Amino acid sequence: MLGEGILKGLAETAKNFVGSFVSAERLTTVQYPEQRIAPIEATRDFPFLVYDGADWEAGMRCVACQICEKECPPKCIYIVKSIDKKPDALGKPQFYPARFDIDISVCMSCQICVEVCPFEAIKMDTEFELSRTDRFGGLLFDREELAKSNEHYHKIHPTEAAQVDARLAGEKAKSDAKAKGAALAAAAKAAAAAKPAVSTENAAAKPEGAEIKP
Amino acid sequence: MIETIDQIFVLLKHWLVGFLPAGLQPVASVLVSVVAIIAVFPSLFAIAVWMERKGLGRMQNRIGPNRVGPFGLFQPIADGIKSLTKEDIVPLRADAVVHFMAPVVLVVVVFMGIAVLPMGRNMTLVHMDSGLLFFFAMGASTELSVFMAGWSSRNKYSLLGAMRGVAQMISYEVPLLMSSVAVVMMTGSLSLGKIVEAQNQYTWGLPHWYIFTPWGLAAFLMYAIAATAETNRSPFDLPEGESELVAGYFTEYSGFKFALFFLGEYVGMLSISGLGTTLFLGGWSAPFSFLGWVPSWFWFFSKVMLSICVFIWIRGTLPRLRQDQLMNFAWKFVLPFTLFDLLVAALWRFMGDGWARWVVCSVILLLAYALMGGVGMYRKHFRVRSYRYAE
Repeated sequence: MLGEGILKGLAETAKNFVGSFVSAERLTTVQYPEQRIAPIEATRDFPFLVYDGADWEAGMRCVACQICEKECPPKCIYIVKSIDKKPDALGKPQFYPARFDIDISVCMSCQICVEVCPFEAIKMDTEFELSRTDRFGGLLFDREELAKSNEHYHKIHPTEAAQVDARLAGEKAKSDAKAKGAALAAAAKAAAAAKPAVSTENAAAKPEGAEIKP
Repeated sequence: MIETIDQIFVLLKHWLVGFLPAGLQPVASVLVSVVAIIAVFPSLFAIAVWMERKGLGRMQNRIGPNRVGPFGLFQPIADGIKSLTKEDIVPLRADAVVHFMAPVVLVVVVFMGIAVLPMGRNMTLVHMDSGLLFFFAMGASTELSVFMAGWSSRNKYSLLGAMRGVAQMISYEVPLLMSSVAVVMMTGSLSLGKIVEAQNQYTWGLPHWYIFTPWGLAAFLMYAIAATAETNRSPFDLPEGESELVAGYFTEYSGFKFALFFLGEYVGMLSISGLGTTLFLGGWSAPFSFLGWVPSWFWFFSKVMLSICVFIWIRGTLPRLRQDQLMNFAWKFVLPFTLFDLLVAALWRFMGDGWARWVVCSVILLLAYALMGGVGMYRKHFRVRSYRYAE
């Protein structure tokens, strides 16, 4: 009959109206500044730069390859590559970003910069209370504001950070082994030049280096 | 004593006016009443807004405003200060004069309608023999304001909203008038005071309100539907449908002009509830004869606020209609049913006293309702809609 559905709907809202006074668990909202809901692990909003160790400038993973700058759809990243090279966390001499700015007011949180970064240097943060009193400069973050430690990354995205660390450790081991192998090979070559009989040892050294990988 | 409390505002006014020379007294009397109306109705508007925000919040399992003052009670004051201090923007190509006039016209017209409502025993600003007609004339003028606002803003959304608003208000004006014609037929007068007097009688302690008769109940329901549409309230809030038209006809209004529109809308709601109260709910008369000692103005305003609560409840429940559904509902259901109800009211009048007319009129109306509803819903399949590409 006409009007039946309206009565049902009215009953439903009346039930909600009374119920919200009776049972507190019906209330779906929290009183925000006083109460907070912990963000879920997949939360993301704006990118930050990861550094290893204690000093942000020395431990910065970014090598200023500028891939993220080129891929960024709204073009909110601005990088100036350094002229000199500095040793990175692995001790290898690398370029570093002399400037690295992200305009948070332009960023659309698409995470493409994170996807394309080959060095695991840029990740998504969960910090959302970013209001500033300065309308133009306040939301343009420079290197120092963007740099956050690997511990912070572990805190906000534990699973993802553990995977990243494992991958980086693997790569480090691989490059170490390669370096060791190369060193050994060089030593063997030098030795072989002097004494040809040691060449069998050289052949055995290479697979040994390969099996360190996890 | 009871008499004094009932007439306290009238006595207060006479005492105030008594200080003036006799020649000025009629003018002063009117002025005092006008000031009282202009003070009371905006305060009721503030309370209504607070009730609406809290009530809607609770219906959606939220708390609603709770930051400004205890239980968020000072929220309307904060809103008022905010809208007063905001920048008043007039679009560059807009018709500035008409753009300015539209909210003023709305508020003036809406307050004019209140002038004829009997808000208590001897508490009518203007005793008019054709008060009902005057009220509807003023109510119809709000359409002018809506169209002025939409036209002068030079904005497609404003104009679309205004077009929708005018179409809707004209369509629902007809059933609104027709449903009150039944009351006029029964009372034999267009004077709102006489209509209340006719309902202010009791049998076995129960009042003779028109809502407690079959034809009156039907007319009241149709009046409530038409009044909801007339005041652009949900589910008939198409003219300001924010999901498709930004804010409808007041898209280009900001600051205090927007606040005036807001005020006009809510005072319009209050006044149309006041008319509904007067026509069907016995105006200022008490619901039981033993409650006759409670002041008459208390009954009037509590009935009005109760109607506002129902408005809020409806808004919290129903989704917005589509334009064609709105028009079909007005012309194919509400209007025929009110016309039919006029017939039943006439039947009721000529069958005389006795129980027979109760049975006959109720059965006829119920059958008509079921039949019209059945015809309207014939071959319409209502089910949960599934979207092919969304699954």
